[in-house]
Amino acid sequence: MQDFIHNISTTVSVAALTACLGLATPLTANAADDADIAKGKELSFDRKKGNCLACHDIAGGSLPGNIGPPLVAMKSRFPEFDKLRAQIYDARKNNPDTIMVPFGAHAVLTDTEIDMVTKFIHTL
Amino acid sequence: MKKYLAALSVLLMIATPVVSQASPEEDLKNFRAYFKDRFKDVPVEDYINGVYAIDQASREQWEQYEEFPPYEIYISKGEEIFNKKFANGKSFASCFPNYKKGIKQNYPYFDEASGQVVTMEGDINKCLTDNGEEAFKWQKGKIAYVGAYIAYLSRGKTINVKTPSTPAALAAYNKGKQHFYAKRGQLNMSCADCHYNNPGNKIRADILSPALGHPSGFPVYRNSWASSDAGDGMGTLHRRYGGCNKQVRAKPFKPQSDEYKALEYFHTYMSNGLKLNGPSLRK
Repeated sequence: MQDFIHNISTTVSVAALTACLGLATPLTANAADDADIAKGKELSFDRKKGNCLACHDIAGGSLPGNIGPPLVAMKSRFPEFDKLRAQIYDARKNNPDTIMVPFGAHAVLTDTEIDMVTKFIHTL
Repeated sequence: MKKYLAALSVLLMIATPVVSQASPEEDLKNFRAYFKDRFKDVPVEDYINGVYAIDQASREQWEQYEEFPPYEIYISKGEEIFNKKFANGKSFASCFPNYKKGIKQNYPYFDEASGQVVTMEGDINKCLTDNGEEAFKWQKGKIAYVGAYIAYLSRGKTINVKTPSTPAALAAYNKGKQHFYAKRGQLNMSCADCHYNNPGNKIRADILSPALGHPSGFPVYRNSWASSDAGDGMGTLHRRYGGCNKQVRAKPFKPQSDEYKALEYFHTYMSNGLKLNGPSLRK
């Protein structure tokens, strides 16, 4: 199982990287979005905040956990931004037994912070 | 790609717990079968080694540390305290007549008369107060040293928690089982989320240990408990429970509270038949 995840992770990372490099125009609409994405990355990597790396492999992060799937190809997995946001806000809606922290419902992150984290995760 | 991810998420969904109303015997059987299936190459007797049973790299490091075990001096300290006379002239041996033969394998047990789960730590402090001495603090220090000495003399004994059969004993067992599977804290995680559904997986750089075998090695010396803030490394099982609860940002229960005694009862019963190997060393 771990190998399986690792293989997927490697394959997809390469795929995602290739896709990024192939893209001539930036994915973001404006400077405000860029700032949010940067802040979202910071929150995602912060152990006291999102701490996403505890469970998910994320490009640019070190020593990721592997309890959850690697965060790659997020736009194809979550074409709708709101669905990704809802998953981060309260993953129990999709799976009541999930180990994923209900970041919004349990106020681990504020609504604004969840917006920024979602923006960052959606770029992955 | 999507297909793989879909398959992956289905696998993850299947791995979620169901708290059943099964009997303790059935629980034990299912618990064992689950780990046997999950780690096919790990012999059941090896689970007493915690995470080191399932991760070879950590095991090698641990075995090196074990050559000069940091808990050894605390066994000696425990022996000293154990043999020291109380003011009334008696000592711990008066409460634990069979201590040399090993006694820890019988803990915890349910006492019908008091309607309570009795733990080794509970009996250590009861011995003190019955003899007019002051009780030790519950989580670390002397209670862990005396516990380490008793555990050391019990090494190799088979964990033998009596199967709960009376309504009161079953109620305590089920309370502990409920604690184990219930979500708690701001992070909304159960004991089972990490130590039943995800042993072997990594939480950041740490590998999660399997719940099977957990209680065999207590009291433990944890490297993370050896610092100017945390103490000399030694601690009891209930100290660890409190730490786990804090890690999921839940308010910990008090050591030796009914809640933790019930958890210890369920948790240890799940390891029945395994050998004791405390005190032990953990990261």
